[in-house]
Amino acid sequence: MACIEAHGLRKEFGNTIALDGIEMRVEEGRILGLIGPNGAGKTTALNAILGLLPYQGELRVLGRDPWTQRDQLMRDVSFIADVAVLPRWIKVRQVLEYVAGVHPRFDRAKAEGFLAKTTIGSTRRVRDLSKGMVAQLHLALVMAIDARLLVLDEPTLGLDILFRKQFYDSLLNDYYDRSRTILVTTHQVEEIQHVVTDLMFIDRGRVVLSSSMEEIESRFLEVMVHPDKLDAARALKPIDQRQVIGGSILMFDRVDRQRVAALGDVRTPSIADLFVAVIASEVKQAQGVSR
Amino acid sequence: MSSQSNAMPETTFQSREIAAAAIPAARLLYWSVRRELWENRAIYVAPIAVACVLLFGFSISILHLLMEIHAAPLLDLTQQRELSGQPYEFAENLIMGTLIVVGVFYSIDAFHGERRDRSILFWKSLPVSDLITVLSKAAVPIVVLPLLAFAITVLTQWMMLMISSAALLGSGQNVAMLWSRVGIFHRWPMLLFHFLCIHGLWQSPIYAWLLLVSVWARRLPILWAAVPPLTIGIVEKVAFNTSYFASMIGNRFTGGSEGMEIMEHGRATDPMMLFAPLHFLINPGLWIGLAFTAAFLAAAVRLRRHRGPI
Repeated sequence: MACIEAHGLRKEFGNTIALDGIEMRVEEGRILGLIGPNGAGKTTALNAILGLLPYQGELRVLGRDPWTQRDQLMRDVSFIADVAVLPRWIKVRQVLEYVAGVHPRFDRAKAEGFLAKTTIGSTRRVRDLSKGMVAQLHLALVMAIDARLLVLDEPTLGLDILFRKQFYDSLLNDYYDRSRTILVTTHQVEEIQHVVTDLMFIDRGRVVLSSSMEEIESRFLEVMVHPDKLDAARALKPIDQRQVIGGSILMFDRVDRQRVAALGDVRTPSIADLFVAVIASEVKQAQGVSR
Repeated sequence: MSSQSNAMPETTFQSREIAAAAIPAARLLYWSVRRELWENRAIYVAPIAVACVLLFGFSISILHLLMEIHAAPLLDLTQQRELSGQPYEFAENLIMGTLIVVGVFYSIDAFHGERRDRSILFWKSLPVSDLITVLSKAAVPIVVLPLLAFAITVLTQWMMLMISSAALLGSGQNVAMLWSRVGIFHRWPMLLFHFLCIHGLWQSPIYAWLLLVSVWARRLPILWAAVPPLTIGIVEKVAFNTSYFASMIGNRFTGGSEGMEIMEHGRATDPMMLFAPLHFLINPGLWIGLAFTAAFLAAAVRLRRHRGPI
């Protein structure tokens, strides 16, 4: 069974359509990066999955309806929301005690083990911790919960580069195993390049690309083309073209690797470049349709 | 919180479900109430502070009395009353007043605060239902605060008795008269009843209403809480030139005429003390109030499900 399964997931806020029929299937053990421009519906989708929002359409998370069964679902799901949401008044010791009191799958010793590696003292209040330390504390709590789905919504927002790297390192080394599923959204696309196993791009409430990283590597490629071969390259219908010093970089979707290799050095595009290209071509298509 | 509803058609998930059984609702409630006490230290700090001020004032009045005794060794009637009756009642009333103030401010901020500081997202990431959360927050003004205030009142009165006894003994007076007149010991069960029934049950619709507004309002919950009752009161006054609604609300705050009656009887004679609780329990006003409490809390549970940070 899939960890998350959505069919025709819709959500409207007044006249604004936030989710416009999302189709989604995330298998257990995957790390899915959900990427989209601002206002694309990422957070709305996550909130629906977490049971924070009512929705239309079909949605099952670990076999449950998140809206009506949030409290039961949260035994198996952990999440870190876009900014530090730990209450500012709480002491580190208290938050450990409380989560141990209410969560059947929380291992307090494990959380204390993670915290021992940091400089966070157990008698300190959250309001006295730096932003990075709050993120560390939240991560320590979440990693000590034996959950099957972890949802991260912009988990590293506002953290410096060292903390950001550390965050994903500990997630992969100390937490992730093949039985857990992780769903992450971020604007720092490059930092999850080597973390995710699957990618999903959403724009204006719709899924525009959903694919595993292997598929992406075999499907998309980009070539640095010398100006005199540009016309030949364009004949192969690139999905994106951008100028750099010494030539142009063209991106292709599903082309013969041999033919492209003749034009220049072939490589797999970065998630960030792919994202820009896919979203831009979506916009072009949409404009074409409206004309 | 029933575990039956967890039954899923998928067997793989079922097996893991059994491995980590759900935490009993009572334990979730216990930790949720503890969390409220961690967050809102005013719940116990405020009545304790008031008690300390009371004791300080009382000690000074005793010193003053001692000087008078020094001048005229026999206590007159006013002095006796000063020692035994008045200050004890004053202590009760002051702590009750504090209890209401703390309860009102706690309730109006209970759900607004968690949305304001976005911590609602953290609380909702834990397997605690909205029902448990609402019940734990309602339990603070309706159960925890009255019990706490009762304990603090008893302790304060006990210390007042000790202070005055020590002072009288020190100045060579007989304390038997004081102990027989104070009579706080047989008032304590009555006081416990008053705290639980009047401050807990009788006033519960007030707290439930404030909690509901706290979940509902995006801004200025205290204003939103006051507007509907004020509107009803003003319309009633202008349209019919009566003020039943206002006096009804007033009754809820002061403990109601029923509640007051009980207290008076309780003081007067012992047999009435036994009958008073029954008298209170068959009072329809109590049950109508409790029905409102239940309705407000049920609405709060439903609303909180939809609520996110503001």
